[in-house]
Formats: sequence, C-alpha cells, structure tokens
Amino acid sequence: MRQTNGINRNDLKFFTPGVIIITIFACLGIFSIIYRLIFGLGAATNLDGQYPWGIWIGIDVASGVALAAGGFTSSFIAHIMHRERYDVITRPALLTALLGYTFVAIGVMIDLGRYYWIWHPIMPSMWQGNSALFEVGMCVMLYVTVLYIEFMPIVIERFLGKVNFPGILSILNHTTEIILRIFNRFLSKSISLFIIAGVVLSCMHQSSLGTLMAIVPSKLHPLWHTPILSLLFLMSAFSVGIAMVIFESILASRSLKIPFETPVLSQYARYIPLLLWIYLFAKVLDMVSRDSYVYLQHVTLESSSFFLEMVLGVISPILILSSRRLRKKVPWLFTGAALTIFGVLLNRINVFVIGYSPPYATERYVPSIMEILVTVGLISCIILLYRFFVFHFPVHHAFKGKHYEG
Amino acid sequence: MTINRKDFLRTVGVLTGAASISTLNASIQHNVDLDRLGVLSDLTLCIGCRKCEFACNKSHGLPYESIDKYDDPSIMENFRRPTSTQHTVVNRYPEKGNNGLPLDVKVQCMHCEHPACASACIVGALQKDPKGPVTYDAAKCIGCRYCMVACPFQVPQYQYDNALTPILMKCDLCYDQNIKNGQLPSCVAMCPREVMVFGQRKDVLALAHERIRTHPDRYIDHVYGENEVGGTSWMYISSEPFENIDLPTLSYECPSHLTENIQHGIFKGFSGPILLFGLLGLAMKLYRKDEE
Ligand code: SF4
Ligand code: SF4
Repeated sequence: MRQTNGINRNDLKFFTPGVIIITIFACLGIFSIIYRLIFGLGAATNLDGQYPWGIWIGIDVASGVALAAGGFTSSFIAHIMHRERYDVITRPALLTALLGYTFVAIGVMIDLGRYYWIWHPIMPSMWQGNSALFEVGMCVMLYVTVLYIEFMPIVIERFLGKVNFPGILSILNHTTEIILRIFNRFLSKSISLFIIAGVVLSCMHQSSLGTLMAIVPSKLHPLWHTPILSLLFLMSAFSVGIAMVIFESILASRSLKIPFETPVLSQYARYIPLLLWIYLFAKVLDMVSRDSYVYLQHVTLESSSFFLEMVLGVISPILILSSRRLRKKVPWLFTGAALTIFGVLLNRINVFVIGYSPPYATERYVPSIMEILVTVGLISCIILLYRFFVFHFPVHHAFKGKHYEG
Repeated sequence: MTINRKDFLRTVGVLTGAASISTLNASIQHNVDLDRLGVLSDLTLCIGCRKCEFACNKSHGLPYESIDKYDDPSIMENFRRPTSTQHTVVNRYPEKGNNGLPLDVKVQCMHCEHPACASACIVGALQKDPKGPVTYDAAKCIGCRYCMVACPFQVPQYQYDNALTPILMKCDLCYDQNIKNGQLPSCVAMCPREVMVFGQRKDVLALAHERIRTHPDRYIDHVYGENEVGGTSWMYISSEPFENIDLPTLSYECPSHLTENIQHGIFKGFSGPILLFGLLGLAMKLYRKDEE
C-alpha cells in the first residue's frame, strides 16, 4: 500500500527510540486488559465494596473526557466564532478529541462488570433520565459519532480522486470514489449542524460529569463537593480544552520537526487566563459561601492536593499566560498550558479518587499495578494512533507525506 | 437576515429567563404508596445470635453454615460489612447497650425512600418499588457500580471475582420470594427476639415513637431512618447514639434531590440543549456577518 511507506517530506521515521518505549507500554497495557477480561476486576484491580471506582474512571474516563475537550473548544473558536486563522490547529485538536473519546469508551468498557452490555443504556426500555451517568453515556456516544463525522472531510480530502485499492480490489475504486463524492457533498452542506451539535453535546456531558459526584455529599470531601460542581466542571473543560490544543501543537511540532505555530498559539492562549479567572472566582465564591475553606487549616492529603490543584494548576497558569511577553515564548507557552492541564487533571483525580472517602473504608484505595499499566497503556495507544494518523492523513498543514503531493 | 446585535442580546435575555423558570419548576417525582412497607429494628432487644444472617443466606441461595455455628460470637470481634455473599451482618459493640451489656447492630440495605442508588443507576436496574423495597434486576445491570458510589450507607456489593457474569448484591427485603406471597422477610421471621417489626411504614414509625415515649430510660430520642437522607424504609431505635455504632450521620435531605433537579432542570423537554443549539447557530451566523 502506497500510504504506509512512512516516508515524507521531512524524512521522518515512524519509530524513534521514544516511540518504541511508548509501544512497549501500549503492549503492556493491552496485556493487562486481556488479563482483566479473563480473570475479572477482582484479580486485576484494587477495587472493593468501599471503593467501586478507581483510576480507570478517575483518569481514563473523567480526565480523558476533560482533556479531549480541545475538540469542541477549538471547533467553537474556529467554526462558530469564525476565527479562521486558527485553522492550523483545529485539525490536530479534532484528531486528539476523536482518539481521546474513542479511548474513553474503551476505558469504560474495561471497567464495566458486564462490558458486553454496554449498549443497554441506548434501549428505550432502560432509559433512566434521573441518572447523570445515563446522560454522560448517551452524550459521549453521540459525540463520538459526531467527531467521526467531523473527521470525515479529512479522510475524504486524503482519498478523493486518489482511491487506489491494490490488486483485485481495484474494481471497487470507482464505486468508492462515488461514495466519497456523495459524502463530500452531503458534508459540505451539513457540517455546520454537526459542529454545533458537537459543542452542545460537549457542554452537556462535560458538566454532567460533575453532576455524577454531586450525588455523594456525605462521601466527597467538602473542598470539592458543591451544588455547582457541574458548572465548575464545564468551566474547567473550556480552559483545559484550549490548553490541550496548545500543548499538543507544541509537542507535535517538536516531534514532527515542523515549525511552531507560535503566533496562533499565543493568541489562542489569551483565552486561558480569562477562563481560569472566571473559574477561580466561582470556586472562591462557592467556598466562601459554604465555609468549606475551613478544611484548609489542617494539613491532610485532601487539603494538600487541593492546594496543589489551585496554586499550581490555576493560579500559576493565570500568572504566566497573562503576560503578553511570556505568551510569545514557546517554553512559557508550553509551561502555562501544561500547568493548566495538570490542574484540571488533578481536579478530576481529586473529585473521583482522592476526595472520595466511603464511610467504612479501613484503608485508602491505591491503584494496583495492573490498573496503572492499563491507564498508561491506553494513553500510549492514543499517542501511537495520533502519530499514525498524522503520518498518513492531512492533519498538520505543515506536515504532509509524499503521497499528498500527487 | 435582519438580526443585529441588539436583537441577539434581547433573544438571549428572554431565552435565559425562560430557561431559569423551567429550572425552578422542575421537581422530582415521588412514586411511593402511602401504605408502603417498613421495618423497625429495636436494637435494645437484639442478642447477637446472628440467626438472621443464617436465614438471609439460606433464603437467597447464598453459602451458609449449620445453624449452631452462628451461636459462636467470636466472629463478631471484627467489624464486618455486607459482602457479595452476605446481604446482612450483625456487629457487636461491647458495653454500648443498656446495663453494660453489648449492643448488637444488624446492618443491611436501608431501602431508602428516595434511594440514591436507584437515582444513579444508568439503566434503571435498581428501582424503588411503590410498596417500599428497593429491588434489583440483574438482567439490566451493566456493572458500572455507580450505585455503590452513590449509596450513602455503602450497602451494595459487587461480585468482583466473577469475570464474566458479575452481579450486584444487596438486600431486597425478600420482596419476590416472601413479601409478594404474604410472608415476612426471612430475617424478620427468623429472629427469636422479635427485634424487627414489619408492617406499614407509618405504623412501625408510630410504634417507634411510642416505645421511645414510654421508655425514655431505654432509648435515645431518635428514630434513625425517619428522616435520614429523606427517610428510609428500614429504621432503628437504640440506647446509644447512632454515630457511636457506625450508622453515619447524614443530612435529612435526600442526596438525589440535587442531582435530579439539575438533570431535570436542564433537560426538561430538552429545552436546555435545544436552546444552546439555537444560540450557537445564531452566533455562527452573526459572527460570519461580522467577518464579511
Ligand atoms: S441503603 Fe443504599 S442500596 Fe439501600 S436503598 Fe438506600 S441507597 Fe440504595
Ligand atoms: S452497577 Fe448495575 S445496578 Fe449499579 S448503577 Fe450500574 S447498572 Fe445500575
């Protein structure tokens, strides 16, 4: 197949030492998943009757959804606000969201006791409108579909007029070409609908992820439990979405040896301090009105983790990215974005794992090796697939394989 | 199109107003009968013979030992919780009873009036039956374990060791096998001391207050479960404050109230999402005009 040559204008190889290490982690993860499927959750995880959810839900699912928010924030900015100058980073963001959400779905499956019944919530006979989890599930399912549709133009651009199946399959060339053309016409008319639907669905489930833990006032630490948890989740999803786009773009430029999109990125980064200020304001207001700041007087795991989350993950990115001078420098831009991501990641872990204390637990939940391997493995798979797509599809505008030229 | 900024803002104002009104109106539905069932458990009567554990396991087809094994109190030296093979367990609190006697506490699902587990369940596998019991349908359950997260009493347990067909385990008040046939729940029927009284919730609640009123020396003035998390079908009276016998101190508000109001407020007739969709569509048009 022509497109798997892996040779491109930059003469970059798919496998570098770093990529090989990531591949090893991916394999370990897949091995752990197989182990979990054969021997069950009890054998693979440290979950029990007190801690029914661990890092698979806290990181793979809850944080995964948050960090994949780059898809809807960037499509909002580029397509709804028509800031077309940001187009260069919209496609990579879309790809990350697509992979991110696909792996969120895989993560959920691994965690479900009866993964083969994952389709149950779709059946109208089992709809349960009271459940925030039901809403999250439905929205994520629909949103993944929307993401695949939004990605279609990239696939079409790659293959339209270039369909060339090997050998006997080549009799399908013409038909495929026609199908692609029909899709293309349909999409160019309706893509705005899907873009808007994607933003709506994202707002819905990003916030409902917060509602999930609003149901446990007696178990979630008061530093995090609040009636406005869903609002806070939504607001932090906005800021982390933008931060992720910047973070990835810089990483991808480095690893693919293409120029940094600094002017675009630093303009993009302006939104982060603004959004974080609003978030911080809401958070402080909420803590003051519910007096939950009293829990900061004592040094506990919870209060330290909260402190880390706010100082490192909210206040410092505000400070860094508010400065126009620092925003123009790639290392600072990267640091600011990375800290924002760290803040939201830690926030989700705090809400789902660290801040959760069941009434009869004798010891704290600590993830098992297998749980960690699965989480690391899934992330590694995302990175590998991202690299694969970038090598073979028109994702980064400055990075195109030879086959795009003719 | 003749829409301008001002009109746009006006539309936003009207629509936000409409949305907040529908939020205020949204409230959760209660589907319980007035003559729903309830159990009163009088802890001062319990002697910790654990015959209820035996009866429960036997009637649910769970592993059990010969009945005299249950007389051995040594197992009660350790604090226990319901497991995936035991819906109910009795814990002993030495010297917490009246006259320096131990206080024995049987724990099981509380069959909340507005169960957080049922509100949380993604597929409606857990249901509050209008008659009172909170029942479970394994044919629906996908094993997400959100119910275990949501339950304020940490009652439901999961068969983690079952790799292929795990199910949730919790007390069902013997609804299908006993109550529907006019029989008592197995533990209630088995108890030699008549610790538990089964009947209509309002009757057993009245009985609880009656006992407290006539024997103020014997009980503390608190019916646990009358109001906790919005009320439960299973209630306790005791000689010892409940926080000392590992029954958590909980708010009188049912935890699902907040989340259900959020869900219904936003999603009533899908008004929220449709609204947002419209607004974004409008924004898309307006911004495009700007750009030109
Ligand atoms: S005690 Fe827990 S499991 Fe039982 S009904 Fe209440 S919330 Fe559900
Ligand atoms: S584990 Fe089963 S019963 Fe519990 S919330 Fe999930 S689907 Fe419902």
